[in-house]
Amino acid sequence: MPLRNISLLLTLILSSLSHHNRSSNFNLFNPLPFHSHTHHRSSMKIMVAIKRVVDYAVKIRVKSDKSGVETQNVKMSMNPFCEIALEEALRIKESGLASEVVAVTMGMKQSVDTLRTGLAMGADRAIHVETSGQLYPLSVAKLLRALVELEKPGLLILGKQAIDDDCNQTGQMVAGLLNWPQGTFASKVVLDKEKQVVTVDREVDGGLETLCLDLPAVITTDLRLNQPRYATLPNIMKAKSKVIKKFTPQDLNVEIKSDIEEVQVTEPPKRKAGVIVSSVDELIDKLKNEARVI
Amino acid sequence: MRMEKLRATGRFLRYSPKVSVFDRRLSSNSGKSIHSSASGYGNGFGKKCRDDVIRKWNGRACFGLYGYQGKNFRDCMERGVLDDTRRIQHRGFGSLAEKVQRNASFSTLNSDDISHFKGILGEKNVVEDEERLTIANTDWMHKYRGSSKLLLQPRSTEEVSQILKYCNSRNLAVVPQGGNTGLVGGSVPVFDEVVVNMSLMNNVISFDKVSGILVCEAGCILENLITFLDNQGFIMPLDLGAKGSCQIGGNVSTNAGGLRLVRYGSLHGTVLGLEVVLANGDVLDMLGTLRKDNTGYDLKHLFIGSEGSLGIVTKVSILTPPKLFSVNVAFLACQDYFSCQKLLVEAKRKLGEILSAFEFLDSHALDLVLNHLDGVRNPLPPTIHNFYVLIETTGSDETCDREKLEAFLVHAMEGGLISDGAIAQDINQASAFWYIREGVPEALMKAGAVYKYDLSLPVEKMYDLVDEMRTRLGDSANVVGYGHLGDGNLHLNVSTPQYDDKTLAQIEPFVYEWTSAHRGSISAEHGLGLMKANKIFYSKPTATVNLMASIKKMLDPKGILNPYKVLPHSIDSHS
Repeated sequence: MPLRNISLLLTLILSSLSHHNRSSNFNLFNPLPFHSHTHHRSSMKIMVAIKRVVDYAVKIRVKSDKSGVETQNVKMSMNPFCEIALEEALRIKESGLASEVVAVTMGMKQSVDTLRTGLAMGADRAIHVETSGQLYPLSVAKLLRALVELEKPGLLILGKQAIDDDCNQTGQMVAGLLNWPQGTFASKVVLDKEKQVVTVDREVDGGLETLCLDLPAVITTDLRLNQPRYATLPNIMKAKSKVIKKFTPQDLNVEIKSDIEEVQVTEPPKRKAGVIVSSVDELIDKLKNEARVI
Repeated sequence: MRMEKLRATGRFLRYSPKVSVFDRRLSSNSGKSIHSSASGYGNGFGKKCRDDVIRKWNGRACFGLYGYQGKNFRDCMERGVLDDTRRIQHRGFGSLAEKVQRNASFSTLNSDDISHFKGILGEKNVVEDEERLTIANTDWMHKYRGSSKLLLQPRSTEEVSQILKYCNSRNLAVVPQGGNTGLVGGSVPVFDEVVVNMSLMNNVISFDKVSGILVCEAGCILENLITFLDNQGFIMPLDLGAKGSCQIGGNVSTNAGGLRLVRYGSLHGTVLGLEVVLANGDVLDMLGTLRKDNTGYDLKHLFIGSEGSLGIVTKVSILTPPKLFSVNVAFLACQDYFSCQKLLVEAKRKLGEILSAFEFLDSHALDLVLNHLDGVRNPLPPTIHNFYVLIETTGSDETCDREKLEAFLVHAMEGGLISDGAIAQDINQASAFWYIREGVPEALMKAGAVYKYDLSLPVEKMYDLVDEMRTRLGDSANVVGYGHLGDGNLHLNVSTPQYDDKTLAQIEPFVYEWTSAHRGSISAEHGLGLMKANKIFYSKPTATVNLMASIKKMLDPKGILNPYKVLPHSIDSHS
């Protein structure tokens, strides 16, 4: 794995100005003017976006009409990258650097189950934006921006991508919309409460890149950031009395629409079974005439 | 690509529990078909394991590790014990303080025999290769070792029949072998018995999606059947830690219990039919696929759990339950054994039809797993609890099942039965919880020498034995208790740095006498094999054992099938 060969250590100091931001093109989405908040150290809030997806241990089946992936009678769980995002937020809070962790999700009614899991892991409260139908990253990013403006967190942490659509866009889009700096694919997060900055290690193809971001900021989490905790019974019990606030996109003044049309979903071609060749000559023949590699 | 990385990691996490000793054996153990039928993750370990085994045997390190009749490693080296096939070949520990003599009525192999077998099976499936024989001669705990010079790999019932017919006529003793994952020395030769390995008979014959009845050959690996059924929307009614290499024929022959017994019952209930080859080569077709069949004696039951001593199972018909998609797993801590029992009673009542496993381990077992297995972490905050219980529910309605389980656990916690606990939030977490329970045997193997006892006892008395054993052995050994609490099945394991006769004398016959006094069974699910053949009287009266001997004599008059096992040697030698 190239990421393990830490041959390059880049340290970039990014200011919170958007023109230094790698995804500055998202300014095209006409972000609202930047609101600066005063962040009292003890009262910093962390917002974590989590998504309900088909459990990643489940074998994915495509619907027979190719309209999508089968989700009926399929185990659904929290997106593993979101679990990591939530875990990181909880650790920051437990180290005394944040006062509250708010878990948010968008989607249909059953998404509440995933919020319950988040609350059982330790989130303080939750917000559910109830929608029907397919949601694309840009809509999610707009909803998140609206929630951020409402809740005013100092950090917004997301999984780097969801394992169902693999888009890997929401974090970058919302950073662009908010005009916040972003540290994507974080494998290490260190918050400095004196300087009001967060240092993020990113796993990039050449090695590790270290960014220093001014708060407020967006962080998306990679696999090796941490190992999420289990939901213990006492916490599951406590979670029952925690509040889940509901919104509709209308409440947040966000119009859900998409310029993308999903044409069809198909399974990847099946891997052919190998054959055992009986002689070197046969192998050479196959390599020459069938595989055409020699 | 990123997702691939994640999925790959997930797969690793998920499967790592199974890449255990069993899988390593699987790839090193047997023929081509296992290689091809096993999933990829097992194969990578094959070479390493084989090398380890060879190195061990060549260096005779095993003798040092396990002791040889109480002598030390150097003695063994000097005596060159490896070459002495007339002596007892299994390690001198376990229940075998008394020596077994090779039955003189058995012939020894000659070159005519080999050519005859080659005539039946073809060159390839008559194996004399030393490397492969070393593996076939050794059980997975490296506790027993035979000195067979021949391994046969039949591909059909007809071939099994011809093998047995010939062996019977020539007085050649035979040991049937499946995945060789047994724990009581039942699946390896004691002396020079011919090994009949079933791994090439690995075809699924039919599956009825309406009734859920699966008919397959005996050499099918349990995990492959589980995968096959999964695609059909069904599950095997049994599941056990050795699933990656154990075979259904061996499961049936040993009446394996495993993790789902509390829900789906024993193989005596789920096996609907068998095809068995008798010692004289006769094929008994009892391969019914009927749930109800009261025509005469139900003879298949004789072959379920008789450990290959009455016939070789070649085909199995088994009733499989539909796969229910809502599975929840909870890992709980209890302060004392009494709470575990009360929790079981409550679980049966309150979880009712969705309860599918109720397993327990004590804190000693959890410590072993945490210390000896990679990638395992305690699901609970590191407070010391004395007992841990794993509860699995399986049902058809996720929301409903979840609520039911949570309500039950909250109630149990408020009532003080549980002191802490965690509920798996996804399949990966559920696998991690299961790995803790399923990983105990492997952790024990890594910890050093282990004396294993598999006992059925009245649930309320079960743990008293562990406590008493701890008092008896003091600091000299780590006494570990775990098992299938829901079935009243205790795995009592004594872990020591190395085997020695003194420790053994402290454990046996005490453990058997205690079990007998409490009307328990000295073998709940592992069988008697070689280890406990002479101990049968602790659990069965003489009249019963005599009737067993008569049945054995009638079905296998020359006693060629899996000799020295199951029945006491005193009786066996009369035949």
